[in-house]
Amino acid sequence: MNEEAEILKRVGEKPQLIIDGKRLDGRDFEELRPIKIEAGVLKRADGSCYLEMGKNKVVAAVYGPREVHPRHLQDPSKAIIRYRYNMAPFSVEERKRPGPDRRSIEISKVSREALEPIIMKELFPRSGIDIFVEVLQADAGTRTACLNAASVALVDAGIAMKGIVTAVAVAKVDGHLVLDPMKDEDNYGEADLPFAFVIRNGKIESISLLQMDGRMTADEVKKALEMAKRGAMEIYKLQREAVMRKYQGEEVE
Amino acid sequence: MSDEILMDIKKDYVLSKLRDGERIDGRKFDEYRKIEIETGIISKAEGSALVKIGNTQVVVGVKMQPGEPFPDAPDKGIIITNAELVPLASPTFEPGPPDENAIELARVVDRGIRESEAVDLSKLCIEEGSKVWLIFIDIHALDDDGNLMDASALAAIAALLNTTVPAERFEVGEDFPLPVRDLPVAVTSLIVNNNILVDPCRDEVSVGENFMTITTDQDDNIVAMQKSGSYLLSEEKFYELIDISIAKAREIRELLKDV
Repeated sequence: MNEEAEILKRVGEKPQLIIDGKRLDGRDFEELRPIKIEAGVLKRADGSCYLEMGKNKVVAAVYGPREVHPRHLQDPSKAIIRYRYNMAPFSVEERKRPGPDRRSIEISKVSREALEPIIMKELFPRSGIDIFVEVLQADAGTRTACLNAASVALVDAGIAMKGIVTAVAVAKVDGHLVLDPMKDEDNYGEADLPFAFVIRNGKIESISLLQMDGRMTADEVKKALEMAKRGAMEIYKLQREAVMRKYQGEEVE
Repeated sequence: MSDEILMDIKKDYVLSKLRDGERIDGRKFDEYRKIEIETGIISKAEGSALVKIGNTQVVVGVKMQPGEPFPDAPDKGIIITNAELVPLASPTFEPGPPDENAIELARVVDRGIRESEAVDLSKLCIEEGSKVWLIFIDIHALDDDGNLMDASALAAIAALLNTTVPAERFEVGEDFPLPVRDLPVAVTSLIVNNNILVDPCRDEVSVGENFMTITTDQDDNIVAMQKSGSYLLSEEKFYELIDISIAKAREIRELLKDV
């Protein structure tokens, strides 16, 4: 980060986010932050994943299919899916009060809805599949990072799925569309557009999460979608590799 | 249980009608139910509106009071949006703190108003760094016959247009009308098979809660979007939704001009 931007930030002014065609962290417009994915990192969970996307650090765990409590929530025809997005109090600059706030309740809802259509719930009647994601460090794009981790954790848990979900956001900053915005771009940018896609047989089939706030023309939204699709394909490869790494490393009994 | 059977019958009916290219209430696919906007219905509130879309009814009240600004915006007013899905409005609503649906509703309405910069917050500073106006937008559903989202968003902006800043009551100057400079309009559609049904009514929602809300400002910019529901959306439908939402929002915005 350059010094000038740091100073402007301290006095509460919007820093210039694009300098000489580069972003503050030196990335090109259509460049993802470095991503690290590791599957099967938690012993007790049925499936898990640790994921870093730039400065974001998140862990996802999947429990189930298992018995549902309270029991009246059971569905005799299919599994119920629960998704809990939670931020650690120390994950952000100013301590976040522990527990769910309105933002995390909304994120949990749309994230669950992004995964539900690909999970073959009919195979597990009366049971529950719980997906827990914890944000250990946040730097914009946590909902997409968490979905990417949750997706891998679901595969790791051996849950039958029709595809894999891969998520990435596009932002508009200083009039330019940029892929995978980091904190400053999210804070001072003009718009933020998180997407999740369903990828099947190596191809993007549909959109499973779509939100937006800010201001964009219809044309910009269309361009953003194309950009997000290209970014998602890159992330998908890394998700796949993470799963392969884990299972190729295991000895066959 | 009887409810579930009824839902199934409704669902079959909606789907069979759709196969004939019709909606159950005879509307065109992109046609809203009758919209009525009435403002200033609560005199105790700084601004208020009752919006009816068909049988769906929502009241929004705006209350204002001086309060402390956010440290990163010391000279700007603050908007706080809340929604209550009170049990009076539907047999499926339960008393208690807002659930995820109420929270989502409030946050999507809030985003439309915030991101379109409909309220000029810079004119709502009383004393920089210590005192600014807080605007509480409270959404109160009265009757949920489908599409509470658009009714709430419309009632919210109508109530803001109706708002007078109560400066005299708090002894910080003279009352003035709330500076509103844009008219964000939310358009919600239900996606059923390959059809887009604008302004779904309750019975149509029996086929599944597959919603998409797109909010646009008066220059046709998109200011907020929310895909809501466990379904998959194709790219082509998404593009279609954008065009439909922009066109419909323009029509509805005309109604706001008479408020």
